[in-house]
Amino acid sequence: MDIDIEKQLKELQAKVKTLEAGNNDQLSMVVFSGDLDKILAAMIIATGAAAYDMKVKLFFTFWAISALRDPKKSGKGKNFIEKMFGMMLPRGAGKVKLSNMNMCGMGTAMIKGIMKKHKVASLPEMFKTAGEIGVEINICEMSMNLMGFKREEMIDYPKMTVCGVGTFLSDAQESKIQLFI
Amino acid sequence: MTTEELKNLKSNTIVDARGTACPGPLLAAKKGIGEIESGEIMEIYSSDEGTKNDIPKWCSKMTHEFLGIVEEDSYSRLFLKKA
Repeated sequence: MDIDIEKQLKELQAKVKTLEAGNNDQLSMVVFSGDLDKILAAMIIATGAAAYDMKVKLFFTFWAISALRDPKKSGKGKNFIEKMFGMMLPRGAGKVKLSNMNMCGMGTAMIKGIMKKHKVASLPEMFKTAGEIGVEINICEMSMNLMGFKREEMIDYPKMTVCGVGTFLSDAQESKIQLFI
Repeated sequence: MTTEELKNLKSNTIVDARGTACPGPLLAAKKGIGEIESGEIMEIYSSDEGTKNDIPKWCSKMTHEFLGIVEEDSYSRLFLKKA
């Protein structure tokens, strides 16, 4: 009988441990969209969560990776198609466009003007703040390969890692909040 | 606390987040709180309307004590005591 109780106690302890692990003060977010407005929303939530002392982990995949490109840098050893992709996709956070009302760039230019007027931080500024406050950025390696992006053409950012979906899933499992933008 | 009591309160630090938009005041608060000791008073200046809702919520999450708001002409002064 005594042995049974001990066994049950151990099982319960293990259960509590897994439950606690899924309830960390952590936010995991997939940033998929390459649109200015959506990435801006993602970064506002991310930096806000960091102000709440949450651990924040962003998983950049597909079109969103364009926003992490440094316009002053370029990747080496690209083939023809990769070079074409590189030319056609926005070169960095300053070049991504609105999801709606872009109007050949007029809308995007207008919203940037309005943002300045309302003292809303620009996307490059948001990345800088996020880096300073400890927001982690993970970049999907597969998407990078598909689009022909190289690690060396990404912005200088304190906590930036190239990884796979496993990293996102582990992070998401440990997080109170998970989002996909 | 009443407005009069708040006006007479001596803050240990003042964080001026006027002219920044969401999430600027929150980030400024987070930065400022690191510079004071537990039990000390911090005052945040903000011209962003949403801050008046955000900071009390932030305080309850971070277990700081929110003391109240004093309205000035073009901005608000928000008071809190560090946990």
